[in-house]
Amino acid sequence: MSEEVLVQVDGVSRFYGTLQAVKNISFGIRQGQVLGFLGPNGAGKTTTMQILTGNLAPSTGSVRVAGHDLLEEPRAAKAAIGYLPEQPPVYRDMTVDEYLDYCAALNRIPRRERLAARERAKQRCGLTDVGRRLIGNLSKGYQQRVGLAQAIIHVPPVIILDEPTAGLDPIQIREIRHLIRELGRDHGVILSTHILSEVQSTCDWVQIINKGELVLNDSIDRLSDHMQSAALSVAFRQPPDVGQIAGLAGVKSVEPADGRYDIYFDSGQDPTDALVRLAVERGWGLVELVPRRASLEDIFVQLTREPAAGGDT
Amino acid sequence: MILTLARYELRRLFLSPLAWSILAVVQLILAFMFLSNLEYYQVIQARLTGMGGGEGVTEIVVMPLLGNAAVVLLLVTPLISMRLVSEERRNKTLSLLLSAPLSMAEIVLGKYLGLTAFLWLVLAMVALMPLSLLAGGSLDYGMFAAGLLGLALLLAGFAAVGLFMSTLTQHQTVAAVGSFGVLLIFWILDWAGRGAGGGVLAYLALLNHYEPFLRGQVDTRDLAYHALFIATFLVLSVRRLDMDRLGG
Repeated sequence: MSEEVLVQVDGVSRFYGTLQAVKNISFGIRQGQVLGFLGPNGAGKTTTMQILTGNLAPSTGSVRVAGHDLLEEPRAAKAAIGYLPEQPPVYRDMTVDEYLDYCAALNRIPRRERLAARERAKQRCGLTDVGRRLIGNLSKGYQQRVGLAQAIIHVPPVIILDEPTAGLDPIQIREIRHLIRELGRDHGVILSTHILSEVQSTCDWVQIINKGELVLNDSIDRLSDHMQSAALSVAFRQPPDVGQIAGLAGVKSVEPADGRYDIYFDSGQDPTDALVRLAVERGWGLVELVPRRASLEDIFVQLTREPAAGGDT
Repeated sequence: MILTLARYELRRLFLSPLAWSILAVVQLILAFMFLSNLEYYQVIQARLTGMGGGEGVTEIVVMPLLGNAAVVLLLVTPLISMRLVSEERRNKTLSLLLSAPLSMAEIVLGKYLGLTAFLWLVLAMVALMPLSLLAGGSLDYGMFAAGLLGLALLLAGFAAVGLFMSTLTQHQTVAAVGSFGVLLIFWILDWAGRGAGGGVLAYLALLNHYEPFLRGQVDTRDLAYHALFIATFLVLSVRRLDMDRLGG
């Protein structure tokens, strides 16, 4: 992994009238990183991406892309970015080839290199067979791929994708994710989504944004550590009194849930052994014991419900 | 870069049937007007010679044609200019241009030149009709050239207004109605205020800066007026698009 910082965002805020859509966000991304940008609807994901790509100007703060300030040297900064908005910006009345040629020209690719650039982008996005078809006649999935091809045609160091898998079928989603992972090897990729499994399967860095504020910024690996089991799900033939389980060392709370108990405990104080011993001694008839991994979803829900309690960050 | 944008803009115009049908209809209407003028000229030709006046085919057939062409194109330009930006806004394709390494001025100029090139193409088609008279006679070339220059400038002004109105909204029809309204108001501005202060309105009226060309006069004041008119609306367009980025 190269140490070169591709995007540096410092204290960016954005107001829509009096509504502050993005509040003082700072983060960075390096080459070879795939950054997942998570948040519920209306959290400020798209606004942030539009600021990064120069579609919106930040109210305060600065964005540097590949060493160029987006406000002071917009041309150099924008040349280093490929952007796929939520809705692919394709002209329905052009063919795929025409459209990609146009995009190549817009991105100032020299004339003699345009054909090669177009073919490379088409090949990477699986568009080689549809070059002569009208974009308007292609399916949503293919249009999405054309949008993606547009974003990578000039081989930008930074690729920004806003919900790239929205509206695709499962096979297309897998293909696009594969492509993103591949792109992540030699580009910096920022990916926004509200699908949690997408982040788990494609990203190596996660940011969660809620109501315009960054509530989590961590690598997937470290996040997995947080997600180590901190709960057990148990079932008994003769369910005991809740208080007996709650009395075990380390147990924080016990919650009955359709015939089972969910036992939450402090990480590092696993009560499993003690629980099993107790169950045998008192003849509860233990039939099920499953360690529960906190999913990214749990963390997401926890963080976006009460952003102040972001103990994981 | 501006030229690349303009070229693609022009090409995209011709991908829709709209551009073709506008070319066809405008040509048809103007050809009808041209032929009826020509017929009228043939009727009065003998009398004209008898009076010994200096009026020839250029004054009686060609210049009225250019005058009518201006009115017809005033009606038609909003139809072709309406989609320039509002369609991109509605289809959310504008971000393709905004995130490309282009300045706002380049985007506006590219689109503007694309549209102007189309209107000048219409103009060239119109100019072919008077030129066909060369088969059996001659024209007053100086006057004809002045008329064409005037119409070319006028169309460039129409394009600037149309582009600006198109940046205001994402509804194409609203853009069309808006640019039609603005153009017509500018056209007839001198109808009002013939009393005090009427001089300003008369100066601002588009028609007053087109008619001299039709009389064969190329006046730098009129040239300056058209240049300012175009520049004003182009600057407004750039400002408007920048507002999207900056404003809330």
